[in-house]
Amino acid sequence: MNLVESFRIALRALGANKGRAALTMLGVIIGVAAVILLVAIGSGVQQEITGQIEGMGSNLLFVVPADISAESGGAGGGAMGAGKSFTLDDADLLERQLGGDALVVPILQGAARLKAGSHSMRAMIAAANQYGSEVFTSDLVYGRGYSRSEYITATRVAVLGATPAEELFPGQNPVGREVQINGERFEVIGQYAKQGGTLSGDQDNRVYMPLTTAQRLLSVSDISVIVAKAEDPGRIELVKHKIRQALRPSFGDDITVFTQEQTLGILSTLLGTLTVMLAGIAGISLLVGGIGIMNIMLVSVSERTREIGIRKAVGAKTYDIMSQFVIEAIVLSVVGGAIGILIGWAGALALKTWIPTEITWWAVTLAFGFSAAVGIFFGVYPAWRASRLDPIVALRYE
Amino acid sequence: MPSNPAHAEPSALVGQAAHAEQPADAAPQPIGRPVIEARGVSKTYHLDEIEVHALRGVDVAVHEGEMLAIIGPSGSGKSTLMHIIGLLDRPSTGIVAVEGEDVSAMLPNELAAVRNKRIGFVFQAFNLLARTTAQANVELPLIYAGVSAAERAKRAQEALARVGLGERLRHMPNQLSGGQQQRVAIARALVTNPSMVLADEPTGNLDSRSGIEVMAILQGLNEQGITVVLVTHDTSIAQHAQRVIEIRDGGVVANRIVVDRTDAQARLAEYLHEHAGDNAGDHAGDYTDDHMGGLQ
Ligand SMILES: Nc1ncnc2c1ncn2[C@@H]1O[C@H](COP(=O)(O)OP(=O)(O)OP(=O)(O)O)[C@@H](O)[C@H]1O
Ligand SMILES: [Mg+2]
Repeated sequence: MNLVESFRIALRALGANKGRAALTMLGVIIGVAAVILLVAIGSGVQQEITGQIEGMGSNLLFVVPADISAESGGAGGGAMGAGKSFTLDDADLLERQLGGDALVVPILQGAARLKAGSHSMRAMIAAANQYGSEVFTSDLVYGRGYSRSEYITATRVAVLGATPAEELFPGQNPVGREVQINGERFEVIGQYAKQGGTLSGDQDNRVYMPLTTAQRLLSVSDISVIVAKAEDPGRIELVKHKIRQALRPSFGDDITVFTQEQTLGILSTLLGTLTVMLAGIAGISLLVGGIGIMNIMLVSVSERTREIGIRKAVGAKTYDIMSQFVIEAIVLSVVGGAIGILIGWAGALALKTWIPTEITWWAVTLAFGFSAAVGIFFGVYPAWRASRLDPIVALRYE
Repeated sequence: MPSNPAHAEPSALVGQAAHAEQPADAAPQPIGRPVIEARGVSKTYHLDEIEVHALRGVDVAVHEGEMLAIIGPSGSGKSTLMHIIGLLDRPSTGIVAVEGEDVSAMLPNELAAVRNKRIGFVFQAFNLLARTTAQANVELPLIYAGVSAAERAKRAQEALARVGLGERLRHMPNQLSGGQQQRVAIARALVTNPSMVLADEPTGNLDSRSGIEVMAILQGLNEQGITVVLVTHDTSIAQHAQRVIEIRDGGVVANRIVVDRTDAQARLAEYLHEHAGDNAGDHAGDYTDDHMGGLQ
């Protein structure tokens, strides 16, 4: 007997029990769809974040006052819980040492309560010196950024991100209006364009101000991170070296300088691990689906013991019975896998409105290959049992 | 309707009355050469502590072209013997030889090939595949013989026509009467053109009319040269065979030639004549025409 016949027999057997076949497939469908969906989310987020960092330009260096290169990948964030923090003196020192090689941008972040008229809301403060716009890349819709003199005099001026602008001054030009930040009165001098929500934080829910102003407002003398923008991307290693040398007297080796590439590398590894973990969790559901197939195939074999006896009596050989049942299991898992791919794909597209998703060919191939393998693996044992049945015992089976 | 009620055996040596005392080794002369022989065959089942001796040292030879009946009371081991002769089952001790060749060394797949090519089974319990059309059921042995789909359909339809079911190709077993199911089982047994057909209680579940029809088919097959082994507990059914082997408690107690053999065609004609008035309905006319055309 050839494979075509085995296929026909298997399909007819599945057709005779459509409901059960569908429920069995459901396990595989869910497993495959979960693998594809979760991997799509993982790689989508990864792409989004790396895209953002790349968008900052390849000549940025992030300086953090701690030796964190080994464990963590956050850059441009808070002070990482290190013992020592940077102050503006450190930034000034760097500025002097680096001279024309790089722009030095000290950055401070903090939380803020914004209030204008009867509206109030929470937002993040992003404060820097007059070169802040070199790091926080976004276009102005209204007004201007703060100037060097405003930075030096710690003037209470603020540039609103898209979210506070829309919430506090819906449909209006906020320039020249007054906003209360943590109870202090600020003049709005500009508004940035919408950047879109991302998983690394809402880039739009921010209020920008001179770093000196923010230090007074938050009553701190620290700064979170120092960013250096090399004038010549080719000399980035030199700049890095100079930064280390300049800070060594006060910080020793407790300094981490990330190039953007390193940040990307660390983040990618981290997010990649996360994606693989998600795929692994989804893979477990696929495994459960496979066990469901085995279960149903075992039931099917014992239900059809008599049929097996009849087939053997009229001349079916061991591999005829074996292939019939293995193909049944493969059809269940492959069709289930195909449906799972469609559902996972559709789900990933539908989710795109809220979360960045990226359908990867490797996830699709892996999920499909795995589901087929699951079918073969979990189908072989019941089929083997069926093929080993003694014809007379099978015929007498009630 | 051609029939010959006096279809007597030329070599009828032993009378029916004497059969119980007839020793097995004084067997009547074989009609052809032995195709399948069982020598000293025993079958013992072990149920927990108890041993069930279904067969105890049976010697049986089935000769080419004969129609042999195996008769005995319920539980005497008839089906067990038939399964062993048909290479479906293996004896616990003893030898089964096909054309003189011991099959005990053959692998299950080799035995399956021999069954597929040379033996047709008609089981006590029909054993048709449920939810499968009559034609697909009959095609089953051909699938495993590697016959192409078109050829299979053609041969299955021919076989069904031969047993008078040319009009019931698409019926499922549960849409067929018991007699029709039995005939589907017969069609399945003969679709591979086997040299031997083994039938276990082929009339067991049937009314007398259907029983006669089935016997007519089996006798017709035998007349075409196919060896037929018939298992039954009913002496009047065994009377259709040329030779009867009687077993009791797993042992052969008699082996005799049938005298005054029953001709199923003739009985069918008688039956139709007697019941001409009361049962003129569905399966009267068409079946006999169909069937006679096929077998003669
Ligand atoms: N699988 C088995 N396990 C245990 N005992 C069995 C098995 N198969 C058959 N037997 C026993 O073997 C004996 C012969 O059984 P078998 O089916 O051959 O009888 P039979 O002559 O065909 O009876 P019947 O006319 O009722 O069909 C019986 O006593 C039966 O109980
Ligand atoms: Mg029996």
